[in-house]
Amino acid sequence: MLQQCDDCKKYVFYPRVLCPHCGSPKLSWQPASGQGTVYSTTVVRRKPEQGGDYNVALVDLHEGPRMMSRVDGISPHEVAIGMAVCAKIIDEPKKGKLLIFTPAQGGAA
Amino acid sequence: MKTTDLRGKTAIVGVGLGGLPSAPERSSMEIQTEAVHRALADAGLKPGDVDGLFTGSSHAFMPALSTAEYLGIRPKISDTTMIGGSSFIGHLLPATMALQYGLCDVALICYGSNQGSGFGKLKSMSEPQTYEAPYDPRHPITSYALAAARHMHQFGTRREDLAEVAVAARRWAQLNPLAFARDDLTIEQVMAARMVNDPLSTLDCCLVTDGGGALVLVRSERAKDFPKPPVYMLGTAMAHWHRQISGMPDLTVTAAAESGPRAFAMAGLAPADVDVVELYDAFTINTILFLEDLGFCAKGEGGAFVRNGRIAPGGSLAVNTNGGGLSCCHPGMYGIFLLIEAVQQLRGEAGARQVDNTHIALCHGNGGVLSSQVTALLGDASTL
Repeated sequence: MLQQCDDCKKYVFYPRVLCPHCGSPKLSWQPASGQGTVYSTTVVRRKPEQGGDYNVALVDLHEGPRMMSRVDGISPHEVAIGMAVCAKIIDEPKKGKLLIFTPAQGGAA
Repeated sequence: MKTTDLRGKTAIVGVGLGGLPSAPERSSMEIQTEAVHRALADAGLKPGDVDGLFTGSSHAFMPALSTAEYLGIRPKISDTTMIGGSSFIGHLLPATMALQYGLCDVALICYGSNQGSGFGKLKSMSEPQTYEAPYDPRHPITSYALAAARHMHQFGTRREDLAEVAVAARRWAQLNPLAFARDDLTIEQVMAARMVNDPLSTLDCCLVTDGGGALVLVRSERAKDFPKPPVYMLGTAMAHWHRQISGMPDLTVTAAAESGPRAFAMAGLAPADVDVVELYDAFTINTILFLEDLGFCAKGEGGAFVRNGRIAPGGSLAVNTNGGGLSCCHPGMYGIFLLIEAVQQLRGEAGARQVDNTHIALCHGNGGVLSSQVTALLGDASTL
C-alpha cells in the first residue's frame, strides 16, 4: 500500500498527515504495484564473520516516490542502477516485516 | 528592503583555531575556548565584550548556555540553529542581522570538538531515520556513496577523479603546519585503499580529528578600529531541500545550486571573480558536486574539471587551501574552518599555502547528507 493525495493525486512516501506536494490533509491508502527501478546502489563492506557485504539501494517506485531498501536474490555487487526490481515483504530476524526488492523478470526497466 | 542591503555591512575582525592537529586529554569546551581566546586576542577584545553568541554542538543540548557560562559572558542574543556542519557559515546570517539591528555589538561564532581523541570514530548524534534505518545504512557514508555512484553512472565520473580530489587536498595540507594528514599521497594509493561503501574508500572520507574555531564579527563602520585588516561579509545564502538521502530529489544536484546563485546575487559577484574556494569536503564527491552546483564548471563536468591537479597547489583554481576536511581536520562539524581559512587567505596570513592576490573568497558549507547548503562570499577592503 502507498499513500496517495486525494487532491493532487500524487503518491507519497514515507507516510505523512499532510501532502508534501500540495499541502492537502486528504491522504488515502492505495494498492501499490510493487514495481520499481534502482536509482542508486552501494555495497556496504562488512567482514565475513559479521555477515559479509550487503546492498543498500534507492528504489524509484513505479508510482513516483523513492525509498531506501535493498535488492536481494543476487550478489550485492551485481545490483545496478536502472535495474527493474519487484517488492517483496520478508520476515527479517530481529526486525520483523521488512520491504525489500528482488530483480524483476525480464531485466532492465 | 532587499538582501543586497546586507552586503559588506559586517566584518570579521578576529579568528582563532584550537586543538589542531590533535588535543588528547582535552574536552570539547576546552578546545572551543582555546579558539575563542585566540579569536578575541586577534581582535584585541575580552570575553566580556561579546554580547552576541552563535554556536552549535554535536553533543550539547543547549550549547549557547554552556558556552556562555563557561566563558563568563552574558549574551543579549544567541542562536544555535542546527543544520549540521554548515551551521557555522549559516550563523553569518543571524549574526549579521543582529549586528545590523543593534541587538548586539560584538558577535562570536564558535565551535569545538574532541571527536578525534574523545570518541575515536565518526560518531553522530543524528537520530536514526525511521524509513532508512531498517536497511542498515552506515551514517553518513552510505548516503554519500549513493550520490557518488549516481554521479558516476549519469556523467561518467571516474574513481580516479574522486582520488584526484583527495590528492589535491593532501598537497594543500602539506603546506599547512596545522593539518592532521601530511604524508605523501598518490591517486594509486587512494584507488588501492580499503573500500568502505562502493565507490568510496577510506581515503575518500574526511578525517576524524579534534579541533575548534572561532570568529568575531562587528558592524563594518567600526571594523577599521581593530588590529587586523577586516574581512567583509559580501553575501551569504542558505538552502535545504531534504533531511535523509532518500528525500533528495536528484542525487547529482545539491541545494548549493540555489544557495550559490543567491549568495552571488547578494554580493554582486560571479564565480569568475573568486580567488580562493573553500568547499565542505566530507567526502571526495562533495568537492565535485559543489564545483558544479556553484558554477565553477557545468553539471556533470566536475570529474573532468579536477583532473591534472587543477585544484591542487599550482593549479588554476585554488580549492580547499588548508587541506580540507579530507586532510586538515574534521572534528564532527567542519564549517567554521572554511571561514577561518578564507579569512587567513584574505589577510595574507596563510604562509606557505598563501594564494597570491586574494581579494574574494567563497566558503561553502554542507550539513547532514548533502542536505543543508550555505554559501558565503567574503572580501577584503578592496571589494567594498
